Amino acid sequence: MQHPDRLPLLVIIPALNEQESLPGVIEEVRSSLPDAHILVVNDGSTDRTSDVASRAGARVLDLPFNLGVGGAMRAGYRYAFRSGYDRTVQLDADGQHDPSAVPGLIRAIEDEHADVVIGARFAGVGDYAVRGPRKWSMRFLSSVLSRVAGTTLTDTTSGFKACNRAGISLFAANYPAEYLGDTIESLVIASRAGLKIRQVGVTMRPRAGGRPSHSPARAAVFLARALLALVIALSRPSEPVATAEAPA
Amino acid sequence: MSGYVFAIVLCVAVVGWLFYLLRTRRIREKYAGIWIALAVGVMILGIFPHLALWLSGLVGVKTPVNLIFAMAFVVLLAVCIQLSAEVSNLEEETRTLAEEIALVRLEVKCIDARESGSSDQPASAPAGPYEPGPTPGPAAGPGPTPGPAAGPAPTPGPAAGPAPTPGPATGPGATRDGSSR
Repeated sequence: MQHPDRLPLLVIIPALNEQESLPGVIEEVRSSLPDAHILVVNDGSTDRTSDVASRAGARVLDLPFNLGVGGAMRAGYRYAFRSGYDRTVQLDADGQHDPSAVPGLIRAIEDEHADVVIGARFAGVGDYAVRGPRKWSMRFLSSVLSRVAGTTLTDTTSGFKACNRAGISLFAANYPAEYLGDTIESLVIASRAGLKIRQVGVTMRPRAGGRPSHSPARAAVFLARALLALVIALSRPSEPVATAEAPA
Repeated sequence: MSGYVFAIVLCVAVVGWLFYLLRTRRIREKYAGIWIALAVGVMILGIFPHLALWLSGLVGVKTPVNLIFAMAFVVLLAVCIQLSAEVSNLEEETRTLAEEIALVRLEVKCIDARESGSSDQPASAPAGPYEPGPTPGPAAGPGPTPGPAAGPAPTPGPAAGPAPTPGPATGPGATRDGSSR
């Protein structure tokens, strides 16, 4: 079962039409994590994302059409699971997540025996700020999810996550494609499955393109959908981790 | 009286049509079932109109026709919800298939790359089960492999594939994503 020599870290980058920012992100991952394997999950991009990624030296998982972040990530975790990786980090293709924070996440897996580690904003590190109603709704979600997970979580919508083998095998089988399923619901699934969730404060950079919306209407819609996702996720029976082999 | 005949004829026609669709396998039994049951029910009401009167008296609805309408709404609602559930199920299945296709495609690419000269592989992935196919290196391009050129046939050939990619039409472009749109 176990490979004689352990596979390195796998960095999973879901990408949708990111041909501009992706080469820089891959380059940065390369330089700060020279041993890591890089897997770009091309979520049905219509531009040259796949080309650009493979030219930059990443492996590319080309989804035939757009599945959303949840679908892309499940495909990525399936790849990690089947290939036998023990550690994965998912980070965004827009350059928001700083690859130099990855060793900190991995250390949390090793030292605190965590299964899923979230790179979190608002955890005292960095000055990333969200204002107004969106901030309140995010804070509310964090408090609920902190209770569910049994640990303090300040940034539940972060897409910056590290997993060990148990997390990989859970998410390979079960990573929702719903709206916010990749963040909120996946955390609920993980804590329900008995995985240990921890967070590590990271700095986030402003997104290369696009900006977080601060309009109250958008925030209300966001909160409503997040609540729906949360309520449904919490009401669902928990799913056990289908470990084909014992986590290393 | 002719109204009842009309209803009965309509129901027979619906059942006949559903039967035809089932016979030609254009509709599955689990969807046709509810329609057939509905048509038979309406037919029974058409043949024995007093049933509707009796039934509405039983549940306390004054006008039998209102009971029929209400029941029709409920049945249609149930069918719509069932269809939504089935569509969700289908989406989940296509999602799984899409993921599998992507995984298989990457695997094929990696196998191709390995066959076409694994010596070009950089030392970046010594133990990887699937070697990283598309290396920026010169000859390791997975697409137009020299030997097993028949292998990657399902992907659009090197001639057709890279048309949309304006870049250099080397390996990685050829195996890419011609099938998506």
